Amino acid sequence: MRRHLLSVDDVSREDIERILGRAESFAEVSGREIKKVPTLRGRTVINLFYEASTRTSSSFELAAKRLSADLVSVKSSGSSVEKGESLKDTVQTLSAYDPAAIVIRSPHAGAAALVARWTPASVINAGDGKHEHPTQALLDLYTLRRRVGSLEGLSVWIVGDVLHSRVARSGILAFTRMGCDVTVCGPPTLIPRGIESLGCEVRYTLDGLGEADVVYALRMQHERMKGNFVPSLREYAAQYQIDGRRLGAAQLLMHPGPVNRGVELSAEVIDSPQALITEQVESGVVVRMAVLYELLAGRGAPAAVPAPDETIAPQPA
Amino acid sequence: MSALQLDRAPSTPANLLVRGAHVVDPRAGLDGETDVLVRDGRVAELGQGLDAPEGVEVVDAGGLHALPAFIDPHVHLRTPGREDEEDVDSGTRAAAAGGYCAILGMPNTDPVVDSAPVLRSLRERARSEARIPTGFVAAITRGQRGDELTEMAELAAAGAAGFSDDGLPVRSAGVMRQALQYQKLMGRPLALHEEDPSLSGPGVMHEGEMSALLGLDGIPSVSESTMVARDCELALYEGGRIHVQHVSARETVTALERARELGTVVTSEATPHHLLLTDEAVRSLDTNAKMNPPLRTEADRQALIAALRSGVIDCIATDHAPHSREEKEQPFELAPMGVTGLETAFAALHTGLVLSGELELGVLVERMTAGGEPFGIPAPSLAPGAAANLCLVDLAAEWEVGGAGYESRSANCAFAGRVLTGRVRMTVAGGAVAYRERSFALGAVA
Repeated sequence: MRRHLLSVDDVSREDIERILGRAESFAEVSGREIKKVPTLRGRTVINLFYEASTRTSSSFELAAKRLSADLVSVKSSGSSVEKGESLKDTVQTLSAYDPAAIVIRSPHAGAAALVARWTPASVINAGDGKHEHPTQALLDLYTLRRRVGSLEGLSVWIVGDVLHSRVARSGILAFTRMGCDVTVCGPPTLIPRGIESLGCEVRYTLDGLGEADVVYALRMQHERMKGNFVPSLREYAAQYQIDGRRLGAAQLLMHPGPVNRGVELSAEVIDSPQALITEQVESGVVVRMAVLYELLAGRGAPAAVPAPDETIAPQPA
Repeated sequence: MSALQLDRAPSTPANLLVRGAHVVDPRAGLDGETDVLVRDGRVAELGQGLDAPEGVEVVDAGGLHALPAFIDPHVHLRTPGREDEEDVDSGTRAAAAGGYCAILGMPNTDPVVDSAPVLRSLRERARSEARIPTGFVAAITRGQRGDELTEMAELAAAGAAGFSDDGLPVRSAGVMRQALQYQKLMGRPLALHEEDPSLSGPGVMHEGEMSALLGLDGIPSVSESTMVARDCELALYEGGRIHVQHVSARETVTALERARELGTVVTSEATPHHLLLTDEAVRSLDTNAKMNPPLRTEADRQALIAALRSGVIDCIATDHAPHSREEKEQPFELAPMGVTGLETAFAALHTGLVLSGELELGVLVERMTAGGEPFGIPAPSLAPGAAANLCLVDLAAEWEVGGAGYESRSANCAFAGRVLTGRVRMTVAGGAVAYRERSFALGAVA
């Protein structure tokens, strides 16, 4: 396991198994009255969020606190980011507080990797643009494994706006790494050209949905309407909504939230026992505890902040 | 088309005897060891064992190659407006260090070069600062906004080398047609940045497997090729002449071949980065791999190399585009498009195409010297009687790009950190010495 978690590519299948196993043991702690363990006492975790977030930011906060870390949350609104401070200057400023980890959410692909070049802290990607959201993928694996046991050979259909979805990209990588067969399905305007190279199949209709063991619906964002990606939400729902008719009795349903009720999912499937949506939210805390543990526990004090010149060393093109 | 008047700072005509270099100039039929005598800024004599007349400096060029110096029809000098990124002095210094004897500056400055007064003041600046002969291309449309034509006849009379809205396409086919009609009056070529904004959308890299993996918006190849097809049709219809800038896609090569078969008068250029790199370089989200048009696939790169060999692509242009460090040190989607290239063009292409056996040195020299022809600047020659435009290069010298800094004010080079083989030691531009590598000059004295 590397020092950072920037992409699902940073973790091997063995790493994933170990993280999920550790999350199981943290789940046992979470069942107790006192939910804290002293693992990260005296270490600092900084949550740096450049985008609105409820689930990810609050679960990272809870995860850090339950590991007894000191936590600082910085949001773009109300911080010097609003005064025009660059990402690099913000990261180098926060690094002066000697954090053990920086958790970064950004609207831009590759932001987490940039932060990792500018700080001696471990960096966790909590979502970078449309690129990746690796801890979401890990908690999805954890949730599904708790329900079904082994993931090997499962057929997972990821349905919806794949083009704009970091959850889809990390999900494809993570599910295939664990031995699942992944199919992505959505309107051709919302399936990126070349996505098959990630190791998934592409379908444009739900006709073959019956073969899926797991249906993973993506959020259909209203703002996509203005880009003319789909003619109307009504048409989208007619073609791609997962509802009681389309979801088979033996199929499981997942969704990263927040759900647009009546768009990508109908109310009856959201509240059905086949839906793992609430469990996914619950899993967020223990899986993120396991990730913080994996990256930080046992590692010594971080090295001094590198000299400015080292941080911008030119990279071969 | 009338000959173009280029501008440079006052200089002293060179008197040199270049001794022992291997001269390669395919147009003059030269490929072998011969001395070159330069007198009063002109090639006076070629031959074995020439004597140095009095007052002539002897340059010991044993082991070096003497080539006609290069011409770059596509440079961003960032002046006026962003002199922190590049100015006429630093940009032409970088060009001379790269073996260039002439360059053309693009008009997407602040203010845009869209009126005669702006052009005249730039030319005045070049006459005091430019290390090598420098020309300027003016905008096709006012403010490069794509709707009203500039005063092209006046601009041409004031010395514009040609017209371009580079950085932006001329969106409207109607405006493009009018520019081609107006070309009959001003007689200068239209250099075109070809891209359909409705297809490029918010794209920041080539659309393909890599953009799918990275979650970045893609710029499809057809964004370029459809506009090239459109403008070739318009040029043929109006009897105009166009120069397609920075060809990046194999579909564009096909469109150019077809247009030429139909008799369209079209020339084109390709950059070293498109000839040597692919979208694989974007994997690390290095912002020095971000430019427009974007780096495309290996199949596109191979198509460009084949087109360079066949002559469908006429010349090499760097699209030298300096950007400040703080602008490039941002997430990939926010960083500006463009890379520097003047100082590395020859070495990168020599390393990547000649040493790998994909291109003959002679063909590379032809394509690197042909960039002025579409604009009425004849290709440099080492034949006796020609103005002295030559560079001395050490084809065996290895050096690390950026290892000793840059002559350019900016460092956003796509080849930064790479070790290249082939180093320019000296450049004579427009009859005067424009560049000498320091160590080489010392060696010459000893």
